[in-house]
Parts: sequence; structure tokens; C-alpha cells
Amino acid sequence: MIITRKKPFETIEESIKSFKKVFIVGCGTCSTVCQTGGEAQVKEVAEIIGEKCAGYTVVESPCDARILRRDLMPKKAEVDSADAVLALCCGAGAQSAADFTGKIVVPGLDTLFIGKIERIGTFYERCRACTDCVLLDTGGICPYARCAKGLLNGPCGGQVDGKCEVGGYTRDCAWVLAYRALDRHGRLDVFMKYRPPRDRSKTPQEITGRK
Amino acid sequence: MGRIFSRLMSELMAGRFVYTGELSPGKSTRLEDLISSATLLKRHVVACNVTDNPRARANLSSLAAAVAVQERAGVEVICQMTARDRNRLALTSDLLGASALGIRNVLVMSGDHPSLGDNPSAMPVYDLDSTQMVSLVRAMVDNGTDLARNRIEGEVKLHVGVTGNPNAVPLEAEVAKLGRKAAVGAEFIQTQAVFGIEVVERFLDAVGKLELPVLVGIMPCRSFRTADYILRNIPGVKISQDYLEALKRTEDIQDKTLKEEKVDEVNEEYFSRMIRELRRTSRVAGVHIMGVNYDRIVGRLVERIGGMKIDLDNE
Repeated sequence: MIITRKKPFETIEESIKSFKKVFIVGCGTCSTVCQTGGEAQVKEVAEIIGEKCAGYTVVESPCDARILRRDLMPKKAEVDSADAVLALCCGAGAQSAADFTGKIVVPGLDTLFIGKIERIGTFYERCRACTDCVLLDTGGICPYARCAKGLLNGPCGGQVDGKCEVGGYTRDCAWVLAYRALDRHGRLDVFMKYRPPRDRSKTPQEITGRK
Repeated sequence: MGRIFSRLMSELMAGRFVYTGELSPGKSTRLEDLISSATLLKRHVVACNVTDNPRARANLSSLAAAVAVQERAGVEVICQMTARDRNRLALTSDLLGASALGIRNVLVMSGDHPSLGDNPSAMPVYDLDSTQMVSLVRAMVDNGTDLARNRIEGEVKLHVGVTGNPNAVPLEAEVAKLGRKAAVGAEFIQTQAVFGIEVVERFLDAVGKLELPVLVGIMPCRSFRTADYILRNIPGVKISQDYLEALKRTEDIQDKTLKEEKVDEVNEEYFSRMIRELRRTSRVAGVHIMGVNYDRIVGRLVERIGGMKIDLDNE
């Protein structure tokens, strides 16, 4: 899931103050699960901004341009009457809404990361979309998302008793977790392997050949 | 490997017990203090580490300070370089600069995370990690290329050391990491500060098979407060209770000179005993004394044990 967090309402209010009418787009997938851009949150914001609200809808998954188009078409008149779109979804959804509507897009959420949901409100970052997944080599622990330094060759001197120096020794050291997982799987030979520097020319743009 | 470019490496290869010291440039443009510290240390150590923005504080560059120290104080340096602030282009560039300016030893490490430092909103670079930095140095020295196999004009004359933490828990993961650093061509290990002989023995047992010279780090503390600060702020350092209590007893002494003298005695007593024991275990290649802002202790310690000079001259 793409994990998002609500911007403070004062920030949104400041961002939309120069617009007469704003159309609100929510997200029926990730932001609904995060309780940041689902039905309840969209209605809540609509109520707060009152007359400024030109209309609202929760798009099943606004990051999918086809679904966005399908779900916004019935609301065309309301969208057209708005000066701006307030996007209660991740950055991908917000840009998809901007492309489709051609309107100014006001982000109502901050996108945090690709994460695992433990329970409502408890999320853990698990993926950095690095374009070259290394999980097989690291005991299923992502070193980019979970090591504060993104190191590829084992724990640094900043780990103490398996905890990371970043964040006051509260978070687990990714490489100690990886070591233990590989040990559990009888694959310590993989831990020992030298991992060469990451090829940072492998960008998503280069891989997909798209803008 | 095989060629020897530095005094440090030549002593290590000859199997002579060595002492190294440490200099830590500050957020300053004044080199005088560093030079005078280096001049003090010169008689007692084979080489001096020059730190690279420890605790992620933006200080005077380790490379600039290292060159100045080597030229003006005439003491060989071990230039520390972290992966924190530079990508592989900048690291390659600084390593070329180091070699060109006569630096012959570097110690590579990932470096404390910027969030712990004095510019916490800075970007953590870590384009390479410390192991990959070792392979960068190896490529430059052995193959005359950078990591992308671009050719370098002229020879790169550098020895590369790595850090190890005998206090690490789990030690197995640390040892495995050191094994990988050795496999890619690290030439010596300098350890995080240790305060007890048992922890060193355990570490040496684990890394012995790597056959790399190990310089054990010790950190004599200038006061009980320093020790307490280190205990609370430097990751993974464990200070022995005996030592802490001995330092604590000096806290009540009112007279400043008397107090300093007493602290020096505590350090001399504690660490000279430790170094003697370390020397008896022939596997230790030397001791790295981190007496930052406490230069006088280095001379006192080394002299008390019989001195480096005596050692060198007798060989």
C-alpha cells in the first residue's frame, strides 16, 4: 500500500483560500485503508470547506487513469465548475487527477512510503521502489527501505544490540534482521556474499521507456 | 597487494607492535591546534588518524587537515573517509587527491548518520558502503581504474583500512562483515574503543582467520564526564565499571592540577595494564589511542609501557 498522512487542515485551508470552488477527489484503495482519503475523510473535508466545495467523489483508484476517468465522468459538471482539485490521495493519484482534469491540484495528503499495514494507523516502510529487488539476498529484509543508510554489505558501526543509531535505538537494524533471517534459513553464505555498488542508472524512466 | 607505500604498513608487515593516534579537526579554519597536537604525538605513534566529520558534524575536511598535518608536523597520517557525504565520483576524486598529495593510508567507514549531527536535515549520501569503498581503493591501486573501469593516469599509492567493533552484538554479523571487507582487499583493522581485555580476546578469536593486522582502539577519558558522555553517545562502546568508578573518585578533588594528575594516573594505570596484556597476546598488531583533546596521555602511556622508539630500535 501507499501510505499517506493528512496535511493539517490549516495548511489545506491556506492552500485553497484563493479559489472560489474546489472539487475533492478521494481514493478508494490505499487512502481509504489509511483513513486519509476514504469516504468519511472526503465528506469531513467537504463539510469543513462548506460552500467552497464544488462536489466530491471517491475514485476507486485515482492512480489508474482509466478508473479515474470512469469515476470522474459522471461528475464532469461539478469538476468543470471548480478552480482546483483537492486530492486526498497519494502523489501518483494527485498527478493523475491533474493530468485528466487540467485543473490546479492541491495535495491534501503527504505521501509517506510503500508500506506494510500492521493494523489501523500502524504502518511500516517496506519498499523504496529501487527497480532491482534484492530481497532474495537479504533474508526478505529490504536494505533500502529499512537500513537508514541503505547499506548493501551488512550492519554499520551504528547498530547497538540490533538497534539502529537513527531514531534513538528504537528501530531494528535491518542488517541484523537480515543476518538472523538468513541464518534461520540456513543461508549465511548469502550474507557473506559481496554486493557491488548499486547501479543508479537503472531509473524507472529508463526501464519503462516512459516519461 | 604486496607493495608497501607507508611507514604504518611497513611496520605492520614487519610484525612490529605499533601505536597510532587520533586528531579530530573542528569546525574551524585554524590548523595550529591540530599541528601542535600532531607534533606532540609524533614521538609516540607511527601514524595519526585524522577524522572525517565524526558524529556527522560539518568540520574542517579530513583530507585538507591530513595533508597539512603530514607536511607541517611531519607525522604520517591515516586519512579517515566516510561514505556519508560523497558519492562515488567525489570519493574517487578525493582518493586521487589524497594519493597525489602524499597521503598513503586511508581508513574507510560508512560514517555516523546525518540525523545525529549538526546539520540533521542534510542528505545522507551512502552511494557506496564501507566495503564497496574498499573495493574502490583496490581498483584504483591494483588496477589503476575507478569503479566504472575508467583508467587513471599515474599510480595510486594508498593502503586501505577498515573499522571493526569488538563490542558489537551480535558479534557474528560484525565478523561476517569484516570477513567480506577482508575478502575485497582491506589491509588493516582499527577497532572501536574497547575498555576490557575479554572483549578484545573474543573479537580476535573471531577475526583471527582473516589474517589482517588488528589495531585495538582505546579511549582514555579526560574526566569522568567525558567517559559518561562517551558511554551515552558513542554507539556500541561499553566502558568497564572499574574504570568508571576510578574516574568517578577523581570528581571530588577540588584542586584542578591535582585532579588532572589523578585522572592521568587512573588512565595510565588502567590502559598500560591493558596494553601490556594485549601485547602479550601476540595477535594484536598494535593499539590505536583515541585521546582526542587529551594528547598528553598518549605520550605518558606509550612511555610507561616502554615506548615505541625502544621497540622499533631493538628490532
